[in-house]
Amino acid sequence: MPLDFILNIIASGLLNGLVYGLAALGLSVIFGVVRVVNFAHGEMMVAGMYGAVLLFGAFHLDPVLSAPIVAVVLFAVGWALQRGLVNRFVGKPEHMQFILLLGVATILVNALLMVFGPDSRGLQVDYVFDTVEIGPLSLDAVRLRAGLGALVVTSVLFAFFRYSRTGKAIRACADNPLGAKVVGLNLDGLYAFTFGIGAAVVGIAGTLMALVVDTRPQLAGEYTLLSFIIVIVGGLGSLPGALLGGVLIGMSEALAGFLLTPSLKSLFSYVVLIVVLLLRPQGLLGKRS
Amino acid sequence: MLTRRAIILAVLLAAALVLLPLVGDRYVVSVVTTVLWFAYLGQAWNVMMGFAGLLSLGHALYVGLGAYVAGALYLYAGVVPWVGMAAAMAAAAAAGGFIGVLGFRFRVKGVHFALLTIAFAEVARIAFDHLTFLGGSGGFFLPAHDPGMADDLLNLRGSPVMFYYVILALTVGALALARGLLHSRLGYQWLAIREEPDAAEASGINLFRLRMLAVLISSALAALGGVFQTFYFSTLFPEQVFSMGRSIEIILPAIVGGTGTLFGPILGAFILTPLGELLTFVVDQAGMDAPGMKQLFYGAALVAIVVFRPDGVWPWLADRLGLVRRRGEDE
Repeated sequence: MPLDFILNIIASGLLNGLVYGLAALGLSVIFGVVRVVNFAHGEMMVAGMYGAVLLFGAFHLDPVLSAPIVAVVLFAVGWALQRGLVNRFVGKPEHMQFILLLGVATILVNALLMVFGPDSRGLQVDYVFDTVEIGPLSLDAVRLRAGLGALVVTSVLFAFFRYSRTGKAIRACADNPLGAKVVGLNLDGLYAFTFGIGAAVVGIAGTLMALVVDTRPQLAGEYTLLSFIIVIVGGLGSLPGALLGGVLIGMSEALAGFLLTPSLKSLFSYVVLIVVLLLRPQGLLGKRS
Repeated sequence: MLTRRAIILAVLLAAALVLLPLVGDRYVVSVVTTVLWFAYLGQAWNVMMGFAGLLSLGHALYVGLGAYVAGALYLYAGVVPWVGMAAAMAAAAAAGGFIGVLGFRFRVKGVHFALLTIAFAEVARIAFDHLTFLGGSGGFFLPAHDPGMADDLLNLRGSPVMFYYVILALTVGALALARGLLHSRLGYQWLAIREEPDAAEASGINLFRLRMLAVLISSALAALGGVFQTFYFSTLFPEQVFSMGRSIEIILPAIVGGTGTLFGPILGAFILTPLGELLTFVVDQAGMDAPGMKQLFYGAALVAIVVFRPDGVWPWLADRLGLVRRRGEDE
């Protein structure tokens, strides 16, 4: 087996994994702060994918450029969802939160199904068949754009949480909600803001994913589980962990699809997940609580 | 404690269910069969979540294992389902026990434990897709029953009415078992570890043993529901049987009805399945038969139920109808 060939598979898995990682980051941010698992996460991602499809169809807008628009819309959706529904379930038993967000996910994915229909929709950008040669690697231009885009957004997000006032306040909420309240932070407001950011981030991941994968409603459930797996593998609440988990799962999917059969590729992710849960339940980069 | 009114109501309901096939048509019988099947499975799940506080989101695994084991034994070795069900329950309990040992020994908790159960169910789904001797993704089929033949209870081949009475008996049996468990020493210990695991452990309760018991009982009961599924539907597809969607269908009745209550899963199933049927009917009649319309309303109903009755419909209904004495606990 030529080494170049394997390197290419790993590289394309890595680029996919960066987008997965970005999606999982959204989930991790929401869980880390609000302590609610967003079971509608994949549905939000597919909503982002349809946003890219729609804007491309109407204005021939490149998905990279439609990402900010989608982000704004999904921020509003996430913010309103937290304000209107999720907030009253903070601190409630997990199975109640699960049913609530399952209901939201069902509404969202079926609304998409009704508007766009069940058929896959591809994005025929001008560079869809281009490849970029880097040394021995020959990468798809769409995948490269998606991966790099995810990397940029991830960096912005890291900087936001590290340096901005709001980012620090959100981290304070995550570390110690009671303490945050005592020093005068508006918990409900920050929760809504955080849910909005999580939704916006996964929406951006969706627009980037639309470059690589044909958009269809059935992807939603798959992406929810995938984000969930990545976050657990990387460590719930750890931002670098989500990125690392995304890259790991992306590469293992690519390799499993190549070495075994494509239908077994998700089996590989679950095996990785089970091993991590048992040996390091806090995740690769998570802290023991 | 149940009031006298509750007992009268229960007797009336039981009588109505027993007499239903005499008055209802095939459609009603098939809908109520589905209702009872989900009520039964919800009861099985409730032992783990409602009694012992262990959130499983992968119960399709146990149902599916039970379904395939009994089906394969019947088709390839001629083992009658009443014997095959022992093997089915053993197989599911073994899987449940395995997940339990891993999860509890490695202290996998809460959301993480739930994800562990999903992961194993998904692994089973993909594995059964590739098990060609059980039909793989193409499906597993039992030969259809000749409608001219009499009901064969021994081999579970027969008319829809026979299956109706089988699932009714199973549901009543599960209810009686759950009631017995809840009011036993074991039930009170489960209550203790569900509410205050640390305090329970400090007072000498063996957490590991009790949690294992909950998983073993719950998974074995679920497998029995799987055996019923194989013989009633005569077809099994891994993509349905082991899917995350099936696991969700199993747990919804119990949560909507009231987690940890005895009548919650039954009430929940009687709400959700007819709700689905009603939505199909209304959507058809109104000419809005777009794909996704029915599920959209279903999702909205879920949100409404959990927002307005977060503890489930049963505790509220029981209080409203005066079915429980005030100071009583889980009944």
